Amino acid sequence: MTSTLNPRFTFDTFVVGAANRLAVTAGRTVAENPGSAYNPLFIYSGSGLGKTHVLMAIGHAAKVIASQLNIEYLTLDEYVEAFHAAIAAGQGDAFRRRFQNVDVLLVDDVQFLTNRKEMQTELLRLTEALQQSGHQIVLASDRPPAEIADLDERLISRFSGGLVVDMGIPDYETRVAILRRKSEERGSKFQPGVLEVVAKVEYPNVRELMGALNRLIAFQAVNDSPINAEAAGKVLGIPSAAGASAAGSPAAAPPAVASPDEFSQFLTDVTFTVGKAVEAWRARVTEAVMRWEGEGYRTGRLEKLLDQETPSAVDEVIASYVQDVERLKALEAEVAELDPQAAGEKVFRDPDHMEAAEAAAAKVRDGAAPPPAPSAAFPLDTFVAGPSNEVALNGARDCIAKPGKKFNPLVIVGRSGLGKTHLLNAIGLELAKKKNAIVACLSTQQFVDELIAAIDGNRVDWWRARYRRATALLLDDIQLLAGKERTQEELFNLFNQLVDADRQLIFTAPAHPNRLEGLEERIVSRLEGGLVTEIAEPDKELRRGMLERLLTHQHIALEPALVDYLADRPIDSVRSLTGVVQRVVEAAAAQDAPVTAGLARDVLEGAPPPSPRRTAGLRTSGIVVSSAGGVRSREKMVWDWPFAADRVIEDLR
Amino acid sequence: MSLVNFTTREITCKIVYYGPGRSGKTTNLHYIYGRVPETRRGRMVSLATQTDRTLFFDFLPIDLGQISGFSTRFQLYTVPGQVYYNATRRLVLQGADGVVFVGDSQARQLDENVESLQNLQSNLLEHGVDVRTMPLVMQYNKQDLPRELILTQEDLDDALNFRGVPSFAADALHGRGVFETLKSISELVLKRLAAGTPTT
Repeated sequence: MTSTLNPRFTFDTFVVGAANRLAVTAGRTVAENPGSAYNPLFIYSGSGLGKTHVLMAIGHAAKVIASQLNIEYLTLDEYVEAFHAAIAAGQGDAFRRRFQNVDVLLVDDVQFLTNRKEMQTELLRLTEALQQSGHQIVLASDRPPAEIADLDERLISRFSGGLVVDMGIPDYETRVAILRRKSEERGSKFQPGVLEVVAKVEYPNVRELMGALNRLIAFQAVNDSPINAEAAGKVLGIPSAAGASAAGSPAAAPPAVASPDEFSQFLTDVTFTVGKAVEAWRARVTEAVMRWEGEGYRTGRLEKLLDQETPSAVDEVIASYVQDVERLKALEAEVAELDPQAAGEKVFRDPDHMEAAEAAAAKVRDGAAPPPAPSAAFPLDTFVAGPSNEVALNGARDCIAKPGKKFNPLVIVGRSGLGKTHLLNAIGLELAKKKNAIVACLSTQQFVDELIAAIDGNRVDWWRARYRRATALLLDDIQLLAGKERTQEELFNLFNQLVDADRQLIFTAPAHPNRLEGLEERIVSRLEGGLVTEIAEPDKELRRGMLERLLTHQHIALEPALVDYLADRPIDSVRSLTGVVQRVVEAAAAQDAPVTAGLARDVLEGAPPPSPRRTAGLRTSGIVVSSAGGVRSREKMVWDWPFAADRVIEDLR
Repeated sequence: MSLVNFTTREITCKIVYYGPGRSGKTTNLHYIYGRVPETRRGRMVSLATQTDRTLFFDFLPIDLGQISGFSTRFQLYTVPGQVYYNATRRLVLQGADGVVFVGDSQARQLDENVESLQNLQSNLLEHGVDVRTMPLVMQYNKQDLPRELILTQEDLDDALNFRGVPSFAADALHGRGVFETLKSISELVLKRLAAGTPTT
């Protein structure tokens, strides 16, 4: 914002006279020792006497002494506008922080605090904060604090607590000095006595004095000959001692002879109008800077415009800047979805480095790996149905047909080896076929491990965002959450968000949720809130179906006696059944004999006495140890190895 | 014509003096011509008949020099007022940045004023310009004539100035109201600098 300091308004270009000496001295002191001399410094004077000049001169001088200082000049109206813009953009705190970090804050036109209670409070807060942190605040107004109508007593005392100085109307000598300096700056030379004639008029402010000088300069320019004191008096309508009767009523006087006065007056007016019109771009640029800075964007590109005298294509620059900001907003929103932490990066607030923002967004996009997908090894059509899993399968089908709408969550419970994982993945695969689906399907252990890695890598936000994007979350073996408080906390939040968004949730567990230990009540109650469906031990029909599928898969003729025999075996899980078939098939291959009911009987019952039926719950990794404690036979030691593929998948988990 | 050219740092204002025949448009330009220093003005082009009726148009370029870093030029045109030169009027109106309507204050010329104003409106429309968007100033000329022959500024405002644009009583022959009118239209035109989007 320092660029809004008019480069012409320095102490060097300010003409000091008796009327403003105190203010200038105080200003210089403040510039040399910001925050320690007079804080706040309050300067007041009538309009056009140089308040703004001194205010900006303080800024320039402070910058020259310590270039690292953060200096801001703004009018109260600009401050108010920026504040409102920041509030509207939800950046109120950022706005306050920004101003509290300013080393020298220069606020002009403070008189407009009248009837603005909320801004008075805001300014009071800011003044206190700046004072406490040793930062300087300088204020300018057209009247002393006590005369600003409706001004909070606390502000009056706060302002008066520093130094309040006024600037008066310059005296004759100062006026001459001002006129000389200004005409010098403009490269105009006048005959001796001309400027003195002008200075004799007690204009109420310097601006009007400058207006008079402008008219003289314009008049002299069109005449192409130096103007003398008498003519100057006439041009400005100053009655001279010699008595100027010519300045009667110019409109009524018949201008028989060309009077250049009309044209020069016209020229002055046009100059004024053009000046105002051309300078309007500055207002537009400043407005844009205030707005976007308030919203937290860097405005270097716009500020550069202000450094130029008459930049070309101002509106195009502003428009392209706004376009870039819009793009940044879009990128930031996209990144926030993928990785909220990355969205806060500064690169998304700097329209001057669009490539960097695009690159950062691309990086996040690349890093936003989708959550683990369901395994292709468990398609739904290989899941054998029977009365024992019919309810669960129907529930699954409902979830596939209307994800998130009917049963949410769906909890599939049942002992190990009954096909829960198969069904879970099968549902996942079906859901993944839907348009724009992102199905997260993984074991609870992997879920926990990922969270730990995310905490370790300080990427929890990224991890969360990854799952929040999922259209369905399927977690296997939810009982493994037991004792993992942080994961339960995360799952709880994720659960609520996904359910609120009608995203399907499916879990598997070895038992009904309320019988799982180590799970928080809020998780249990949520799991129970959907459909809890159980897969029972495989019934005969299911076993038959399974056998037919397994034997067909091994290219073995479906001999009814074999199927009957195997289906009647006391088998308590799908996985056991698979192991049994595998053993029979392997034995047949070893003996080079066909797979028959007799062979199966020999293999499974054989010479040794039939093994005691395994007890539930002792199985570990497919190896069942005899309950008697000793290894009685080879058969008893390992009797139901699962498919290698199953083992690999299980190992991977 | 672009009003402001930021690339070449030029401001060019084309102002057209419009009105019925013999209302004093050319007189306005002559008066201005007489007041502009020689170094500032170009050659005034005037194509007139032997009876001083404008045949084609008058053209007076004025160079105001550097203003705020912009080389500023005014181009003042008049149109022939006589009814049958409408094609010329339309041509001169093309690209105008502002229009001064010079009305004849004589009571018996009121119909001509109205007709000319309507003609201005339709000619602007031909160029796709709505008269309501065009900077316009009314000048009621010949206010030096005997009172019984002329209408007052108020009467003329009532009859002609529907939009309530700035209006000036004038005596172009002696210069009364001439520069006031020019100043007023210049301001209106230049204010567009701030309001409109400058082209480059």
